[in-house]
Amino acid sequence: MELFINQVLAGIATGAIYACMALAVVMIYQAIDHLNFAQGEMAMFSTFIAWQLMQWGVPYWWAFLLTLVFSFAGGIAIERLLFKPLAKAPVLTNVAGFIALFAIVNSVAGLTWDFTIKQFPTPFGSSPFLGSQLISTHQAGMIGVTLGLLILLYLFFQFTRIGLAMRAAAALPESARLVGINTSWMIALGWGMAAAIGAIAGILIAPVVFLEPNMMGGVLIYGFAAAVLGGLSSPLGAVVGGFLVGVFENLVGTYIPGVGNELKLPIALALIITVLVLKPAGLFGRPIVKRV
Amino acid sequence: MMQAQVAQGQSPLLEVRDISVVFGGIIALNGVSFDMHKGAILGLIGPNGAGKTTLFNCLSRLYQPSTGDILMEGQSILTRPPHRMAEIGIGRTFQNVALFPNLTVLDNVRVGTHARTNSDIISDSLRLGWVRRGEAELNKKVNEIIGYLDLGDVAHTVVSGLPFGTQKRVELARALAAEPKILLLDEPAGGLNHEEVHVLGDLIRRIRDDRHMTILLVEHHMGLVMSIADHVVALNFGKKLAEGTPAQVQTDPDVIKAYLGSKDQ
Repeated sequence: MELFINQVLAGIATGAIYACMALAVVMIYQAIDHLNFAQGEMAMFSTFIAWQLMQWGVPYWWAFLLTLVFSFAGGIAIERLLFKPLAKAPVLTNVAGFIALFAIVNSVAGLTWDFTIKQFPTPFGSSPFLGSQLISTHQAGMIGVTLGLLILLYLFFQFTRIGLAMRAAAALPESARLVGINTSWMIALGWGMAAAIGAIAGILIAPVVFLEPNMMGGVLIYGFAAAVLGGLSSPLGAVVGGFLVGVFENLVGTYIPGVGNELKLPIALALIITVLVLKPAGLFGRPIVKRV
Repeated sequence: MMQAQVAQGQSPLLEVRDISVVFGGIIALNGVSFDMHKGAILGLIGPNGAGKTTLFNCLSRLYQPSTGDILMEGQSILTRPPHRMAEIGIGRTFQNVALFPNLTVLDNVRVGTHARTNSDIISDSLRLGWVRRGEAELNKKVNEIIGYLDLGDVAHTVVSGLPFGTQKRVELARALAAEPKILLLDEPAGGLNHEEVHVLGDLIRRIRDDRHMTILLVEHHMGLVMSIADHVVALNFGKKLAEGTPAQVQTDPDVIKAYLGSKDQ
């Protein structure tokens, strides 16, 4: 029983990271109808920025904050320079754009910081949380920071004018423009926020997976699985999906013999396929109905 | 009627100057011109495919005319981006309703005020004092409009589940929230029954009088147009067929021919 609770809690902790990645993916998907394959690399790059700042002696939380600002600006810059010009381009052109972004960010990070694995600090420590063996303080910190972030995002989208404008622009761009919303700028803001959310995910998971240019590969696939499970049209679904996938991954790895750590990734892919076959809109997504 | 006459001496609020729109080889609008005076209700009529909606879409900057100009208070609107139209003072509703389906009635109307409010993402996120004060004022205005259009009971309902007639009222509320100078109504009577059309006619007149708006009405329902419009423009095959008071247009031989066909056909 203790093993079970331990695995569920660990699953919730990594699930928090998947939830962040899924949310970042869904935010960009809502804005431009494309999956950002480079979301993980962007998060990895942000994590390196945080690491570099800390190497230069910047205290953890200041480095954290500065990295968020950098990532937000970087996300907006990527949208303005690369994806705004592709807005009316066919799907495959956009896919090529995302793959290019993936390769460029990955290589630049490797070139700048090389491919050796680096330790990444945690401000929470890794001792048992509240004296309990069930969960470490870092895992508790991951869950806490993510929940705080989710609450702030909810308040932002629900109650502020810009948040409402972003929701409107995602739902129906033509109408949004008619009420005076600069939809193009709302898309850029979505990119900025997605990049910042990804940065938080990267910084939180780096002490667990260690820092290197390919650290987010697996995490992003779980993020995609979470987004598909929850429904690509639903930010809430993405978050719930993230936690579910985290717990599911851990339980399967523990209880199904022969799966272990090596076969965990195919489980995420199998989950994506299963959801797409059985319930393409996901748990919370709205099925797409077109009037003909 | 009265407002329109008072306004005759002034320069027009909106001038449509020789507008043409071409889609591939099809000429959807061919050199259409007319003026709109402050406080008037202008009816735009014509058979299906006459170019009414195309003209509307030019006015809300969804289409770019190939020739001609549209002047609002003497300034061309054609060089401004679509999202500036609300700020300039042009609001509209759609024939098939284009609300934000997953937002509540309240949020849909709240979004309508976007062009009349001002804030940036940082002040908004931190909920600085001036943002909160602005919001209180805005909520008062939004609630007033919701009350004005009798939407109080459904204010917190998501719009996608509401009946079509109610959705049309929500869309009107959203347009009013932007405080437009000119309100473009695209077939507001479509899908309404006889009694509702009557109520709608009164409502449109009331909006003009209470809220000092100028209204351009595209409508198939002749009874409605003829009873509330001060001035009517008739289009056919992208060209202006006739213009004048409802009585003049109704008896115009070209208009009758366009609607009923001529004897020698």
